[in-house]
Order: sequence, then C-alpha cells, then structure tokens
Amino acid sequence: MNLSKVSSDKLLPVLFILPSIVAIGIFVYGFISWTGYVSFSNWNTLTPDLSFAGLKNYLFLFNDYRFQSGMRNTLFFTLFFIIGVLGLGFFLATFIDSNIKGESFFRNIFLFPMALSFVVTGVVWQWLLNPSTGVNLLLASLGFESVPRWYIDTTILFSFPLGQIQFGIPIALLSVVIAAVWQMTGFSLAMYLAGLRAIPEEVKEAARVDGATEFQIYRKVIFPILMPITVSIIIIMGHISLKIFDLIYAMTGSGSNFVTDVPGVYMFETTFRGNFFGHGAAIAMIMLLLVAVVIVPYLIVSRKGDS
Amino acid sequence: MKIKKFTLLTILSIILALFMVACGSDEEETTGDDQNGNGDSNGQEEAAGDNGEATAEEGSLEIFSWWTGAGEEAGLLALIDLFEEKHPNIEVVNAAVAGGAGTNAQAVLASRMQGNDPPGTFQIHGGAALNTGWVAAGRMEPITDLYDSEGWHDKFPQDLIDMVTSDEEIYSVPVNIHRSNVLFYNVEIFEEHGLEAPTTFDEFYEVADALQAAGVTPLALGDRESWTALHLFETILLGSLGADGYNALWTRDLDFDSPEVVEAIEHFHKFLTYVNDDHAARNWQDAAQMVAQGNAAMNIMGDWAAGYFATDLELEPNVDFGFVPTPNTTGKFMVVTDNFGLPKDVENPEIVKDFLRVLGSVEGQDVFNPLKGSIPARVDADVSKYNAYGQQTIEDFREAVLTPSLAHNSAAPAGFVSQADQAVNIFVASGNVDQLVQALQTAAEQNIQ
Amino acid sequence: MLKKIRLGRVLVYLILAMMTIFFLMPIYVMLITSVKPLAEVSLDRMWELPSTVSFEAYGYAFERLYPNLLNTIYLVVPATLISALLGSLNGYVISKWKFKGSDWIFTAILFGMFIPYQSILIPLIQFLQSIGLYNSIPGLILVHVVYGIPITTLIFRNFYANIPTELLEAAKIDGAGFLGIYRYVMFPLSISGFVVVCIWQFTNIWNEFLFAVSITSSGSQPVMVALQNLSGSQIVHWNVQMAGALLAALPTLLIYILVGKYFVRGLLAGSVKG
Repeated sequence: MNLSKVSSDKLLPVLFILPSIVAIGIFVYGFISWTGYVSFSNWNTLTPDLSFAGLKNYLFLFNDYRFQSGMRNTLFFTLFFIIGVLGLGFFLATFIDSNIKGESFFRNIFLFPMALSFVVTGVVWQWLLNPSTGVNLLLASLGFESVPRWYIDTTILFSFPLGQIQFGIPIALLSVVIAAVWQMTGFSLAMYLAGLRAIPEEVKEAARVDGATEFQIYRKVIFPILMPITVSIIIIMGHISLKIFDLIYAMTGSGSNFVTDVPGVYMFETTFRGNFFGHGAAIAMIMLLLVAVVIVPYLIVSRKGDS
Repeated sequence: MKIKKFTLLTILSIILALFMVACGSDEEETTGDDQNGNGDSNGQEEAAGDNGEATAEEGSLEIFSWWTGAGEEAGLLALIDLFEEKHPNIEVVNAAVAGGAGTNAQAVLASRMQGNDPPGTFQIHGGAALNTGWVAAGRMEPITDLYDSEGWHDKFPQDLIDMVTSDEEIYSVPVNIHRSNVLFYNVEIFEEHGLEAPTTFDEFYEVADALQAAGVTPLALGDRESWTALHLFETILLGSLGADGYNALWTRDLDFDSPEVVEAIEHFHKFLTYVNDDHAARNWQDAAQMVAQGNAAMNIMGDWAAGYFATDLELEPNVDFGFVPTPNTTGKFMVVTDNFGLPKDVENPEIVKDFLRVLGSVEGQDVFNPLKGSIPARVDADVSKYNAYGQQTIEDFREAVLTPSLAHNSAAPAGFVSQADQAVNIFVASGNVDQLVQALQTAAEQNIQ
Repeated sequence: MLKKIRLGRVLVYLILAMMTIFFLMPIYVMLITSVKPLAEVSLDRMWELPSTVSFEAYGYAFERLYPNLLNTIYLVVPATLISALLGSLNGYVISKWKFKGSDWIFTAILFGMFIPYQSILIPLIQFLQSIGLYNSIPGLILVHVVYGIPITTLIFRNFYANIPTELLEAAKIDGAGFLGIYRYVMFPLSISGFVVVCIWQFTNIWNEFLFAVSITSSGSQPVMVALQNLSGSQIVHWNVQMAGALLAALPTLLIYILVGKYFVRGLLAGSVKG
C-alpha cells in the first residue's frame, strides 16, 4: 500500500527528500566523476594541472613497486581478515548459543571492540605486537627461544617474482590481521547469533529424529540457513578491508619494504603529502572499482529481494 | 532496567529539543550557529579565515609555519614580538600547523595555494623545495630587490644564496641553518671500549666492528618513517662522492648508475649491517634515545637531535653525547634551512617585506635561533648567544663547503625525493644494489632537468 | 555419554575463557599501563601490575587531548542530530510516500555508504576550501552529515517499514498531511529508531579518522587525529599513549556498556537487509 496513491499531496515528500538527493548527487556521484577526471590529468604538481594525460597515471601505478605491494597486501589482508572474522565469529556464536552460563557476559566481551576506533586499536596493538615487548614477553616467559618479529618482519612467504615485486604472503601483514580480527569479530558474531537464534529448535529436532549426527545437522540444516548471513558478512567485511586506512596508518604505516602498505595509505600519502594528485586519484578510482565490483551486485540483489 | 529507561528518556528529550529547533530553522542555520559556538576553541582558525577579508583595512600579517614544538614555537613567538615592537600597528596572525614534522603544514599550504588563498608568508625549506615547487609554479614574487636594499648579498654565504636563487632571482630569506650530516655518539660507550669518534669510512667500520664484537649495537636507526634511511644515505653519498660529486647529481652531471654512486651505495649497504634489529619499529627520536640510553653507540641525524639530547633528555654535549661530522664529510656541511618568501597575490606585500626584513636582520636571527636550537644563516650574527654546540657549528658553517640536503627537499624536486625515498625503503629490506641504482637513475631521468 | 557431554562443555568454557583473555588483553594493558607511575614504565615490564596507582599519565594525556576532545564533541553532537533527522525524513518518504523512481534513488543513495572515501577526498577538499570550510569543525560536520545520509536513511527506512500503513491512512482520514503524519504519528513512534541511529552515528563520527586527518589541522583536529599524533614513539611515554587511547575510547565504550543493545541493532542494520 502506498500513501501517495491516495493523495494529491505528492510534491511535499519529494521536496523533503530533495536536499539529500542533491547532496548525495554532488558529494558522491559528482565528486567521484571529478576524481575520475583528475585521474586522467597531469596534476602531479603543486598547482592543479588538469590537462589530459590519458592513462599515464594508471600505467605508472601498474608498474609501481609500492602500488603492486599494496595490491598484494590488500589481497592477502582481505583473505585472512575475512577467514578470521567468519571462523572466529561462527565458533564463538555457536558456543554462546549452546546454553552456556554467562552468555551475555561473553557476548559483551567479544562485541565491545566494535565500539572502538581503528585508531585506538592501532595504537594498542602496535605496542602489544612490538617485537621488543608485549606478546613477545609472554612468549619468552613461556620458554619460546625465538619470538616472532611481528609487523617489522619483512619475510614474504611462498614468494615468487611477479611484476616489480615478490608475490607471496607478507608475514608482517598477519599482525595487522590479528588486530583487525580482534576488532571486527563482534560483527560476525552478532550476525551469526541472530541467525542461529532464528532457527527453530523443531528443525534441528526433526533432523535429530531422522538420525542425523550433530555434524550432519550443521552441514545439512544450519549452514544452508546461515548462508545468506555469511554472504552479507563477507561483503561488509570485504568492503571494509578493501578500503582500510586508519588501522594501518595508526598501527604500522606502510612498513619496511612496504610489507604493510595498502592503497588507502598510499593514496593519502602520495596525494596530500607528495602532491601527486593524478596518482592519488587513480589509486582512489581503482579502490572504488574494487569495492563496486563487490557492492553493486549485492545492492541490486538486496533491492530485488525487498520488493 | 531503570538506567536504560532513564537513558532513553534523556536521548528522547534531546531529540525533541532538536526537533523544535529544526522546525523553526533550516539546516544551514543550525550549522551556522554551531560555527559561532566554536569560536573559542579554534579562535586561531577563525582569525586566519578572517584575515583574507580584513587585510585590506590596514595592518595584518599571517605567518604560516610548522613551528609548534617547544623550542621552535618559543623562537617564532620571540620573532613575532620583535616584529610587533617595530611595527606596532600590524596585527600578526600565527598560523602554525602541527604534526608530521611539517608534512601536515605543507598539505594545508598546498590546499590554500590551490584555492588562491595564500598566507602572507610561509615556512619552506630553501633550495629545490621552493625553486622547483612554488617558484616554478609561478606563485612567488622575487625579492632580489630586498637583498639589494638591505645589503644582504654578502651577509649570507654565497653557497646558500645560490641555493635559494632561481633564474638569477632570489625568492626567499633563510632564517636558520641545521646541519644534517652529524654523527652523534655515546661518550661513555666510546670511552669504555677505548674508541675514537670515526671521521672516515674506514674508521667507522673499525669502530663499528669493535663495538659489534663487544656486543654493542654500533648504529641506531629508526626508519619507521622512511626519510631517516634516506637521510643516512645522503650523508654517505656526500662522504663518498665529495661535495662536487654530490652536487653534480642534482645537475645530472653525474649519473646514478656511475661507478662512483654504486660505490657509495655499497657503503650504505655495509652501514645497514650495523644497525639495530628493530629499526623499522622506531622513529628518529627512538633511535636517538638508544644512543642516549647506551643501547646503541652511534646515530646519524640532523643536529635537531642535539636539541633533543640537550633539551628533552637533559644530556650534556661533549660529556654525555659527542658529535662529529659523518664519515668523510669533515669540512662539508649538509644544509637544511628554513626560509620565508613572498607569495603572489597577497593582500599587502609591503607588510610581508617588512617581516622578511626583520627575519633577515642580525637581531631577528639571533632572537630566533638560540631558542630553536639552530644556528643563524647570516655570517655576522652574535656568536656569544649560542651554546657550545651552536658555536662550533657556526664556525664550521662559515668555513665548510655547503651542500643541499636531499632528504629534506633542498637538493632535488619533490618527485625525485619521493621516488628516492621509496627506492631506499625497498633497499633497506632487500639490499639489492642494482635495483636501487636503477630506481634512482630512472627517477633522476624523470624528475631532474 | 554423559562424560562426553561434560568434556565437551569443559572444552567450550575453556575456549571461551581463552578467547576472553585474548579480547581483554589490550584493555588490560591499556588500564595497567595508564595508571603506572613514570618510573615503572619500561618495555620489559609491560604486563606487571603497577605498585601504586598514579594518574599522572591521565593528567598529561588529558592536557594534551583536551582541546581535541572538545573539538570532537562540537563535531559529533550536531552532526549526529542533523544526520539522524535527515535520515528519519528520508526514511519516512522512501518507506511511506513512494514516488516514481524512489526505489532506484534509494539504491543510489545506499551506494554512498560503501564507497571508499578516498575516491571523493580530492574534490571534497577543493570544495571545502572554496566555501571557506576547509580546516574547520563546521566543514567536518557538513561532511559527516552528508556521508551519514545513506546509513541513517537505511536504518529509518527499515524501521518505518514495520509501521503499518493503515495507521497512517487513519491519520490521513483525520485530515493530517505529509508533515502532520510525520509529526504526530511517525515521529513519536520512531524514538527507538532515533536511539539506534544516534548511537550509531555518534560512535562512527567519534571514531572516524580519514576525513578528520585530511580536512583538519592544528586548532580544529578531532581527538583521534591528536591520539595518532601522540602515538607510535617512545619519546611520548607509552603510559601516556595508553591513557590517551583510553580517554579517546571512553565515550563510545560507555555508550556500548550502557545501551549496547541499540548499538548492536545499528550494527546489524548496516548489512542492508536489516
């Protein structure tokens, strides 16, 4: 049922939403177009130079050591971050959902980092994972002879040369993943918990009666029901990790040999510290494209599901 | 439960209040109200904003800098006092921007210049930063006439004037000098191991080997921010190539893939074998602190570290910490100099020139520099106003060959510096000499005319 | 069988306890470090409890962060309230006064929630510079209000979708118009929606960093930028850094502790379907 159908009062609603539409039109779509325009310009100087440069900025980036490192890091960061958040969130949710005592206590503990800023997380974890203190002190007191070098380790696992860089898993990145998982697991936990609570006990009971083992119940009943939630989590976490900036900026910076650099940090530094506006705009457009590939289909599917 | 209800109620009443306000006014006004409400907290900002319109009515000058640290801020305020004393009708606006060792300020400056809203005058490192930056962009007025009328041509070292000259015109006034090629060492450690401060590469390696054998970290490095590695590299370039060779790099008379530069890079490579293991987790102060606390023997840094040792860590020069020029650079002086110039399209260029006159005067330089912990750029300043470290540096400055610093944007255009910075950052981890040589050569071809 | 279940239970609690330690570890370090006297702050004694409780680190951190905390408050309060109000009106229109293309417009607005803000940063700064709001709190408020529109609209739209349209029709028959229905029917019903949105926006704007660090400098910097400037170096003693981090985190932590339920609701609403 739609009110405007029974109303002649059609103009007012449009009038009220118009400022928002205009604002989003300018601040999102207008600005993105302008950034796109800058990314094809020669503006890598102190003063704006908007002469057309073709693909020069993009070609520069594709051959750039730092950008390639950033893309590699984003790939592995996103991968481990999503796996970590999904895995830990799911297990914690099933534990909390299994009629334990102190349920709300545990839930609150695992959720509170969500209320913190990435900057706070970065400041604290940079000390916890500082190789000369923090976690390493605990490891040493437990009798470990050699302790990890955490975010200053420049080793790249399983690496092989690709383009300008060594492609592989940068060890240092795992420190940032730990901090990010610590912060964001609460999200998947909350989502899964809501999902698990929505599964009627009868469904599980019915499966049990049919002689299914606990494992089979998870595989045949619970996982399929939780699938849409999992997709949502992957997309939300994925877009956060593709544009991550503050955590890395506050915790490690781009790191020795750019082992913890990401496009978000590169864009900020090259644009506003180096005055390479063309390069910065091109990085931003590539980031936007990566996010859009994930988000646009999701939005379209979500809309369809609604109506 | 009661708490929750109470919280809800509070939030509810706030929202209701807002709704009433919103009914009576539109969004713009709400934002505007708040702007006024903010007046106290960022009066500085507002004053800076007003300046643009207000200058026309006689007498205000906005000075833009990143001098917000303890000593430098005191120096700046003393300068402003001196200026106001001489020009009581002119209101000075101190638009200093904190953070990031000046990088934040430069970003704000760039944005203001792009928006055609230049401050009256702004701090910038002399040399390429200005010449290939704002001067090349056509945004600065030459002030050669000021040098003529004030008779400054022989009051600053010729090497320095050459540095701030572009196409026969001078564009800025140097207010201070920092030396970037200084090796600081822990006196106690050196005495304990019977060592002398090294002045050549060979001596450095001897000392470093001895220290390493004794289980002491020879060289402290903190390259969490990568400019410190570039800084170390530039002092080695100077030591290995000599002043002429070093300067020839910036005119492209010497190539980065020449055998001389390769040799310098090999020295750099060897230096890196003596540094602390956790260099990537430290910044320059953390590295200096290692020397102060006896966890490392030496540190190569600009002489702002002398201020850090003396003021922040309360150490005695020549007693707790010693200093010599970095290996092979005795008689050479790598210059980092803060300059001020006259941007185009400022409201009142004569007032800016008045300020530049004060900056360039003996009085101005001697009021500022002892507080900032740097030395005057003029050769005729009053030596007695400076401490032991300052006096010796002034002496060195007058006699030494001056070279512009690469890491601090005085030697080469910003484009080259940022690519060199990246290449050196990679090299510190990879140790791949060929790769660094190639990267530097390419960067030079692309950025240095 | 019974034994097996018990063993499983023990294991569950064991794992939960371990994870609790993992999650609380940073808080523990923040707390004990921030109350350590300066003499006891050293890298190799990070985990040790302080011998006496000292608030000198808080004093110092507060002194350093106080102007920035104020800036953040001046920023967060108006930005939260304005964006909540805008979101409520938008949500009302989009859920109850659909017009041709309104679904399409809603999706287009939602996209603004997911973009990497780097992709609008260059023009945004040019724009703010040109209207004289660069490097100012009002400028930041404007930015947060505009980029807050998608999420606030989404939450309110989902919230209003649950309010039966019949209720509105009844009001209509009584002679209420578009504004009247909002004022007397929708608004009173949307209190918990406002609570969720306000908490969500408050937390987000308080914690935001990219806009803050790109748009402001010196006098107008919010607390997160000041905290970042404080951190990462051994020259600012890290008990001060920890005290600063805790101070900066306190308001959002308090909100979480007091009204966590609404916070979680906002969290879940961020996943589009709500």
